Amino acid sequence: MLRIKNLSAGYGRLKVLRNISLHVNQGEIVTLIGANGAGKTTLLSTVCGLLRATNGEIYLQGRDISRQRPERIVASGCSLVPEGRQVFAAMSVRDNLLLGAFVRYRAAKNKRRSMDLKPVYQLFPVLKEREAQMAGTLSGGEQQMLAMGRALMAQPALIMMDEPSTGLAPMIVKNIFSIIRQLKDKGNTVLLIEQNARAALRIADRGYVMENGKIIVQGPAADLLANQDVQRAYLGQNVDNK
Amino acid sequence: MRHLKKYLPLAVMALMVTAVQLLTSYTGTAYYLTQLTITAYYGLLITGLCLLMGYAGQLSLGHTGFFAIGGYVSAALTTHDLTACRNDFFITLLNHAHLLISRHDIYGEPLITVKAWPACLAAIAAALLIAFIIGIPVLKLKGHYLAMATMGFGIIIFRIVMASTYFGEADGISDVPAFTLLPGLTVSGDFSYRTQNYYIAWGLILTGMFLLINLIDSRPGRALRAIHGSPEAAEAVGINTARYKLLTFVISAAFAAVAGVFLTHFNGGIGPSEASIMKSVRYVAIIAIGGMASLWGALSMGVILNFLSLRGVFGSYDDAVFGAILVLVMLFAPNGILRLPIWRKLNFRHRDG
Repeated sequence: MLRIKNLSAGYGRLKVLRNISLHVNQGEIVTLIGANGAGKTTLLSTVCGLLRATNGEIYLQGRDISRQRPERIVASGCSLVPEGRQVFAAMSVRDNLLLGAFVRYRAAKNKRRSMDLKPVYQLFPVLKEREAQMAGTLSGGEQQMLAMGRALMAQPALIMMDEPSTGLAPMIVKNIFSIIRQLKDKGNTVLLIEQNARAALRIADRGYVMENGKIIVQGPAADLLANQDVQRAYLGQNVDNK
Repeated sequence: MRHLKKYLPLAVMALMVTAVQLLTSYTGTAYYLTQLTITAYYGLLITGLCLLMGYAGQLSLGHTGFFAIGGYVSAALTTHDLTACRNDFFITLLNHAHLLISRHDIYGEPLITVKAWPACLAAIAAALLIAFIIGIPVLKLKGHYLAMATMGFGIIIFRIVMASTYFGEADGISDVPAFTLLPGLTVSGDFSYRTQNYYIAWGLILTGMFLLINLIDSRPGRALRAIHGSPEAAEAVGINTARYKLLTFVISAAFAAVAGVFLTHFNGGIGPSEASIMKSVRYVAIIAIGGMASLWGALSMGVILNFLSLRGVFGSYDDAVFGAILVLVMLFAPNGILRLPIWRKLNFRHRDG
């Protein structure tokens, strides 16, 4: 699905990513964990085309997308749920969702559009209830659902989520993570970035740990959960090394 | 039902325009029509700018620049005598294309100038081209940096028309001929054309509103509002934000240029005050008073305030009044005076464009 090879990128002269290689297979949840400033968001921005890679290649479904403009990348099947949700506050929930399908409609037919909203409303019934409400008036959890629904409207092959748990109450976080799991069960492929490493590793199939712009550990999620270094650095556990 | 809601205000406006004309002719106050015509042309600029500011969220303090380009280019082309260089290759070429007209000036001297139609089209094309060229770099800026850059553009245009003899320096250009749109339909400040011009101006703005309402309600319109809401998220859902911002900038410049061309032919001239930066501030103030993202708010406030200003109600304090209004609106009615709670208390529902 997604294959990143020796990717480097940064802002101006500041190099943030150094030779990153990772892959996401069809139908998997892969999580990328790491501390603040490790380069996680930079990596997603580079994949989305919001940031130019200085080196390396990114393949989405076998096609090189590393030098393409963001709208081309979205059209070729890669959607981002941005950090901090970034819903369009002054627009209705329905308009927000329709914008998610922006790249799929050139000349839009109203009927076809409403049919497309159904699967998202099934997944998030609360959005249906709040269809006409301004997105800015939703609660944090609802906004996160809206951001996810918006990304799904593009019918992406790969969904990338940037810290969906930020700023949400633990109960809501649980809810969001169970929805991500449901997405996988429906056949979606997810690349999940999280600081909440434990929750992310619990629902993921595989994981990568990033530090200072490099991947330092990778493996099946269960192995990472059990890995002592990972536990000490990211899961906040005291491990006695005898 | 949806279409009814969308087009009902347009129909109401058309009726009001007709009613006002009938009322003035009935009460013998037809002289109001002159100011109302001028008001309509300013309204055209304001609605175009409202699309850019209120919907796409890009502030421009340089729109008088586009208005001035439209007005000045059209005025210069239709007044400058080409008799002296009539044997030049380029001029002969224009003549063979039937783009030139020879007539006599007020002193009876022969005069060869460009015809009004090609001059008007050239003026609008010039404004569009310049909007396109400066829009590409300038729209990369955000917030007050964008405001300053567009203001700089406005000042440059103002200084160019003040400094060049071709544009008449501080005197501006006068004796701009009437502009015959179609046989029997002439843009002119002449007394006998007054009613006709009132309808030309308001017909133009109705057309403009029709286009804008449909644009806002379409896929590109949603994209614009998304860019206003969150540029990053707009990129993430696959909107080419740079292209849409530029498109809006060029469209609003076109509205300003058309207004400039028509008003110049109506007034029979244009002076540097039409290019001054205070005019831009005034347009921005009017859009803020109207509620930013409200075409009808901007248009109605524009009509009321410009009409009062043209009638001389504010006297020499004209600019001061607009400045004061801007401050008061920002303090007490940041969403525009049409969204003050008082309207809800009166159980008066207003519609958004």
